Amino acid sequence: MTFVENLTLFVLSAFVGYEIITKIPTNLHTPLMSGANAISGITLLGSVVVAGSGSTTLATALGFVAVVMATINVIGGYLVSHFMLSQFSQRGR
Amino acid sequence: MAGILAELLPEQTLQIVYLIAGILFIQGLRDMTHPRTATRGNLISSGGMFLAVVVTVLWFEILSPVILAAGLLVGGAIGGYLAITVETTEMPQLVGLFNGFGGGASAVVAGAELIDVFSASGSLSLELTTSAAVAGIIGSVTFSGSFVAAGKLHGLVGDSPVSPNVGHVIKAVFLAISLLAGLYLVAQPGLFGESLQTDWIPVYWLLVGAALLLGVALVLPIGGADMPVVIALLNSYSGLAAATTGFVLDNTVLIIAGTLVGASGMILTVIMTESMNRSLANVFFGGLGTGGGGESDEEMDAIYEGNISETSAEEVVMLLETANRVVIVPGYGMAVAQAQHAVAELVELLDENDVDVEFGIHPVAGRMPGHMNALLAEADVPYEKMRELEEVNPTFSQTDLVIVSGANDVVNPRANEDDSSPIAGMPILNVTEARHVVVNKRSLSPGFSGIANPLFARDNTSMLFGDAKESMQELVNEYKEATS
Repeated sequence: MTFVENLTLFVLSAFVGYEIITKIPTNLHTPLMSGANAISGITLLGSVVVAGSGSTTLATALGFVAVVMATINVIGGYLVSHFMLSQFSQRGR
Repeated sequence: MAGILAELLPEQTLQIVYLIAGILFIQGLRDMTHPRTATRGNLISSGGMFLAVVVTVLWFEILSPVILAAGLLVGGAIGGYLAITVETTEMPQLVGLFNGFGGGASAVVAGAELIDVFSASGSLSLELTTSAAVAGIIGSVTFSGSFVAAGKLHGLVGDSPVSPNVGHVIKAVFLAISLLAGLYLVAQPGLFGESLQTDWIPVYWLLVGAALLLGVALVLPIGGADMPVVIALLNSYSGLAAATTGFVLDNTVLIIAGTLVGASGMILTVIMTESMNRSLANVFFGGLGTGGGGESDEEMDAIYEGNISETSAEEVVMLLETANRVVIVPGYGMAVAQAQHAVAELVELLDENDVDVEFGIHPVAGRMPGHMNALLAEADVPYEKMRELEEVNPTFSQTDLVIVSGANDVVNPRANEDDSSPIAGMPILNVTEARHVVVNKRSLSPGFSGIANPLFARDNTSMLFGDAKESMQELVNEYKEATS
């Protein structure tokens, strides 16, 4: 992938995000935020590669730190939104 | 560098899996547009994440599987523990904290990748250094900014010890240092040739350090009522940090997912600032809460003196008994007092007695976007009863009673009437159009804007002084007695 191809992906994703997120009602803004938050933990993929295959000790150590932080973000974010959303749907049907 | 899957499957498989993960994220967010499908959306989104992580682990050669497994376990345990034990009132700071971890991870990964690539190939491309510099700055600002925001929301971090002007200088200095370090990182292979490339590592960490301090300096002076904006913006940054890390690693799903989050946070930020009629720059570089601007006690007395009528729970219940339509306006005071369950009980009782009862929720009520909705949902209030500002405002003229629970600035009529007030032009809930307004508050003290609220002095307004939870519980008990 070249820089320009990545940039194309970035711009198109921004438009998709804009179209979807503007349709989300205020009611769901808090769970949206913590769910989106969990998605931003996608940086975990990068952390995994760096931690697992780091060619120097320093890179491996940094990778470990990054894996811990990103996993907190992913697991915590999804769980918090799940708990919140299950409260919405209890009587929200 | 190949793992199990990479040896078995064709080269493009990883990209295809990342594409599928990207689609799952998008579909997950689409399902978030309705409460009925939102839980499913969250599961779909987490499925995408699980798929992407598992395939990545199996695809790449993992030289140190123990370290990787330990990292996943430790992170998962901490994240799970925090999510399970959190109180609903502490939700804003927890969301802020999680944000910070995501941003921090992005900054660290970008740095580690620089080290990795450099030690493997001995040179760095322009794209790599540029993306890494951007990811490092955004990720670090998100990390430290989120921790300060969470600390402020939790009451652990106070206000800025320096004056706003000194603060601006500090921000400018740290911004300049991190930008210069970034420029050096980007330009130095070309400027100095290969021989000087060994000294870039400390420069990247200098960039990270300056950006960390910049995050602190940016968020520290911002007051409580502006927190919804800050939390939403940091949410956006954590996504942008992941997206730029995607540029560093040449990873498509990081770019897609990160950009989606960046867009989401940015839209929430815009909604929040518009709901306060303020610009983003105004939130970060002055305005409410930072420059004094509050009114003196004398000015407030002039408005309140002799015009305040105090009411009691019995009197409010008499109003409730004759009312056909009641609107409840919740604010941060309700969240602090944890009064949402008592409020929900009152609403249920009113519902049983065929009173048309709804909530009027201002977009910036509370400390994060949708804060009031989340609290009320926790107390089992059906979401159909939670009305947005534009929906509820036209109905106030047909409303018999408005109960304001712990809200102040969002119902201050001076936003419409007084062009010189700090909240001029801010969209508010026009509760004064209702027949009666009861304001439940502990005292007449001003809201975050620091100005008096003439609503309290109106003829059709009465004050029910007291803690939100106790007052609501009293109303519930009195109303039960009166209607049984």
